[in-house]
Amino acid sequence: MNTEFFIYWIVAIIGMFITCIVLVLAAGYMVFLERRGLALFQDRYGPNRVGPFGLLQPIADALKLLTKEFFTPHFADRWLYMLAPRLVVFAVLVSFTVIPLAPGISWASGLNIGLLLILALSSLHIYGVFLGGWASHSQYSQLGSIRTIAQLISYELAMGLSLLGVVILAGSFSIDDIIKAQTIPYIFLQPIGFVIFFLAGIAETHRLPFDMPEAENELAAGYNTEYGGMAFAMFFLGEYLGIILISALTTVLFLGGWHGPFVEDWPWLGAVWLLLKVACILFFFVWMRASVPRTRYDQLMNFGWKYLLPLSLLNVIATALICSFWL
Amino acid sequence: MKTNTDKKQQHSLELSLLEDFNAELILSVSANLPSFKVAIADLIPILKYLKGQSPVKYEMLFDISAIDESERSDDGYCVFYHLISLTANRDICIRVYLKDDAQTIPSITSIWPSANWYEREIWDMFGLTFSDHPNLTRLLMPEYWQGHPLRKDYSFYATKMPPPFDLDSEDYANIMESYQIPDNRRPDEEDTMLLNIGPNHPGTHGIVRLMTKLRGETLLEITPEIGYHHRGVEKLAERHTYHNYIPYTDRVDYLGGVAGELPYLLAIEQLIGSHVPERATVIRVMLTEFFRLSSHLVWIGSFGHDLGAISPAFYCFKVREEIFDFIELVTGARMHPAFFRVGGVSQDMPDGWQVLAQKACDSMEQCLPELEKLTIKSLIFQNRTRDIGIISREQAIDWGFTGPNLRASGLAWDLRRTRPYCDYDTYDFNIPTAQHNDCFTRIDIRLQEITETLKIIRQAIARLTVMPIGPVQDMDCNDYAFPRKQNTLQDIETLIHHFIDTGRGLNMPKGETFFATETSKGMTGYHIFSEGKSSPYRLRVRTPSIPHFQSVKAVCEGEQIGNLVAYISSIDYVLSDLDR
Repeated sequence: MNTEFFIYWIVAIIGMFITCIVLVLAAGYMVFLERRGLALFQDRYGPNRVGPFGLLQPIADALKLLTKEFFTPHFADRWLYMLAPRLVVFAVLVSFTVIPLAPGISWASGLNIGLLLILALSSLHIYGVFLGGWASHSQYSQLGSIRTIAQLISYELAMGLSLLGVVILAGSFSIDDIIKAQTIPYIFLQPIGFVIFFLAGIAETHRLPFDMPEAENELAAGYNTEYGGMAFAMFFLGEYLGIILISALTTVLFLGGWHGPFVEDWPWLGAVWLLLKVACILFFFVWMRASVPRTRYDQLMNFGWKYLLPLSLLNVIATALICSFWL
Repeated sequence: MKTNTDKKQQHSLELSLLEDFNAELILSVSANLPSFKVAIADLIPILKYLKGQSPVKYEMLFDISAIDESERSDDGYCVFYHLISLTANRDICIRVYLKDDAQTIPSITSIWPSANWYEREIWDMFGLTFSDHPNLTRLLMPEYWQGHPLRKDYSFYATKMPPPFDLDSEDYANIMESYQIPDNRRPDEEDTMLLNIGPNHPGTHGIVRLMTKLRGETLLEITPEIGYHHRGVEKLAERHTYHNYIPYTDRVDYLGGVAGELPYLLAIEQLIGSHVPERATVIRVMLTEFFRLSSHLVWIGSFGHDLGAISPAFYCFKVREEIFDFIELVTGARMHPAFFRVGGVSQDMPDGWQVLAQKACDSMEQCLPELEKLTIKSLIFQNRTRDIGIISREQAIDWGFTGPNLRASGLAWDLRRTRPYCDYDTYDFNIPTAQHNDCFTRIDIRLQEITETLKIIRQAIARLTVMPIGPVQDMDCNDYAFPRKQNTLQDIETLIHHFIDTGRGLNMPKGETFFATETSKGMTGYHIFSEGKSSPYRLRVRTPSIPHFQSVKAVCEGEQIGNLVAYISSIDYVLSDLDR
C-alpha cells in the first residue's frame, strides 16, 4: 500500500513535469509558427536560419533569454516584481489540467467545477500581469497595469456569462460532461456565446486588436517594459500558453472537443481531432494579428459594457428559457 | 480682367505700405518675393494690417528667420517675416533691422501662434530677444549651449572653438540633471502622472521628446522638446560651395530624396536665370514624384503600425523597394541620390529604364487596394482616426500648415498647381481635398494623392519615351554649372575647368532668391542670400514639419495617449525635416 502510494506520486510528478515541458515547448513553437505565419501574410521569410526551416529558432531564443542577466530595477518592488511572471505561467499551466486531450486522457477533466477553476485561474493570470506592471514602478508599466485591469473588468463578466449558456445546455461544470454532451458542437447551438467567448478570449490574451496593455507604439511595451531575460520570457510564455489555452477551451466548449469521426473505434483519434481544431483557432489568432489595428482602451470598455455584456445576458436568458420550456 | 484688379489691389497695398507705414521697398531681391523694410515699432501694426485689413490678405505666416549682416554691412541683424496670401497667391517679406542684440523685437505670437517656435529658433541661433514671448528658450540647441551658432562670429568647426569642447563630470551631472522630469505639479494635481515620451519611443518616429502630464490616460499638458536631430544645415551651407551642398538638401527631409534638391536648385536657377532643358525637367518631375510615392509609403506603413496594424508596413516597403530599384538604376543611389545639378540633372536615363519604372508603377497600383483595405476601410482603423485631431481651416492656416494637412481642410493649395514649376501645369492630375480635417481624412487624402502621383509619373514616362535624346543640362550657363563629366575625358581644357570648379566652387551672382516647391510633406522653401561668392552668405531652409509638429501641443492637450499617437502619425513629420 505504502509503496504503491509512493510509486503513484513519483509517476504523477514525472508526468506533470513532462506535461509542463510539452506545453512550454508548444508555446515556444507557437511563437515560431506565429512568426513564420505572420511572415507568410506579410510577404517575407520570417526566421528560417536556425535548423531546418528555422525549426530550432525557439530553442535558440530560449537559450539566449536564459543566459541573460537577471535584472531588477532599483525602483521596483523586488518580491512582487519577481513573483508576477511566475504567477502568470503558473496560472496558465494549472488551467491545462482540466483540458482533456482525448477521451480519458487528462489530469482532471472530470473535476466537477472544471469551468469555474478555469475562470478563477484566468483572473489569477491577470493578477500576474497587473502586479508585473505595478511592481515595476515605472510610468509605462503602470499605465499598462491600469489598462489590464480596465480591460479585465470589461470582458470578464461577459466571458463568464457567455459560458453559462454552455453550462445550461450541458447541465454540468465539468469539462468531460460538456464534451460528452456535444453531439452537436455548441458553436451551432450557442453561436452568440461562441462569438462573445472568443472576443473575450482575445482580450484575455492581450492580442490584437485588444493588445492595449502592451501597445508598443503608445506604452513602449506596457506592463513588461521593465522586464528582461527569463522574467520577460515567462511573461512571453504565459501569453502564448494563454493563446493555446483559449484555443483549447474554445475547442472543448464550442467545437466538440475530441469529438470527430471514428473516435468511438479508436479513442486516440480524439487527440488528433482536438489538436487539429486547436491548430485552426491558433491560425485564426495569427491571422487576426496580421489583419487588424488596435482599438483604444476606452473603446474596448465601451464595447464590453455596452454590447458584450447585455448580449451575453440576453443569450443566457434565452438559453435558459428555451431549455426549461422546450427541452 | 482679373489680373487688372489683382494689379490694382497689389498697387494699393504697396502704396499704403509705403505711405501709412513708412515701409521702404527693398530692391535687388527675387521677383517673386517683394520685400519691405519697416521700423521695429511699426512691425506689429503692419503685420496685423497685412493679415486682416489690407486689400490683399496675407493669411499665412510662412517663415520667420534672421540674417547676421555683420560681414556685409553695418545693419546689424535683419529679421524677416515671410507671409503668404493663399487667396491672391502672393508672397511678401517684411524685414526689420536691429543694430545689435540689445534691441528687442515684439513677439508676434499673438497674431500667428506658429511664430512661437520660429522666434525661439531665432533666439537660439542669433541671440535676438523677443519681448512678450510666452517661452523664449532655446529650441534646437540644448539649454546649456553657449553661443548662438548662426552668428557670423561663431566658429564653423568644432576644433576651432577655444578651448576644445569638454565636459567634466560635474558639468555632465548637471546636464543630466536637467533632463530629469521636472515635477512641476501643483498640490491639487496629486492624482496626475508625469510621463516622458521619447526621445526614443516607438510612437514618435524618431528622436523627439514629449513631456506630458497625465490624469488617467488623459493628457493634461504636453511640452514638446525638439532638436535631437539638429545638424545645422543652414550653418553648413555657409561653408560649402553651392554644388557641394546638393547632397545635404537630400537629407533635409531624408524620406524625400531628390524632392528636397528641387527647391534648392530651382532657387539657384532663378538667381542665375538658367533654362533647364525640357528633357531634364521631365526627368526631374518623374524622380520627384517617385520619391513622393516612396515618402507616402513609409508614412502609411508607419501610421498603420502606430495604430497596431503591422502588415501595411511590409506591403509598403515592398513597393518602396521596387521604386528604389528604379531610382538606383537611374541615379546609382537609393535614398539620397544627389542627382540634380544646377541647370539640369547629372545624367540621361540609362537603357531599359522604362521596364523598372513601369514595374514600380504597376506594383504600386496593385498594392493600393490592399493598403486601403488594411487601413481606411478597416472599421477599427476608422474608429481610431475619425474625429480625432480635428483642425479647422482657420487653425490650419494660422499654424502655417501646408501640403496634404492643409488640403484636408478643403483648400486646394498645391504649389504644383498654384505656382507651377517644372511644367507641372502641362500634366493632367487632380488635387484631392476634403472638408473635415481629422486623422482619417489626412490618410485618405494621401492615399488619393498616390493615385494622382501615379498619373503624373505615367505621363512623364510617356513623354520621356517619345522625346528625342538631347541635353539634360543647361549648356548656356557654363559660368554656374560644371562641365559635363564625359567631356572632361575628351580635352584637357574641360578637365582643368572641371577640376578647378569642383574644388573652388563657382561664384554665383550677387542677389537674393527664394523658391518653394510642393514636397511630400508640404511646402519646402529655400531662401538664398548670395554675396557673389561660391557659397551663400546665408541660406534659410523652410520645412513643413516645424509648423505641423508645433500644433501637437495645441491639438492633443485633453486627448488620450492613443489619440496622441494617432495625431502625431497623421501629420506626417520627419525628424530631420523638423530639426534640420
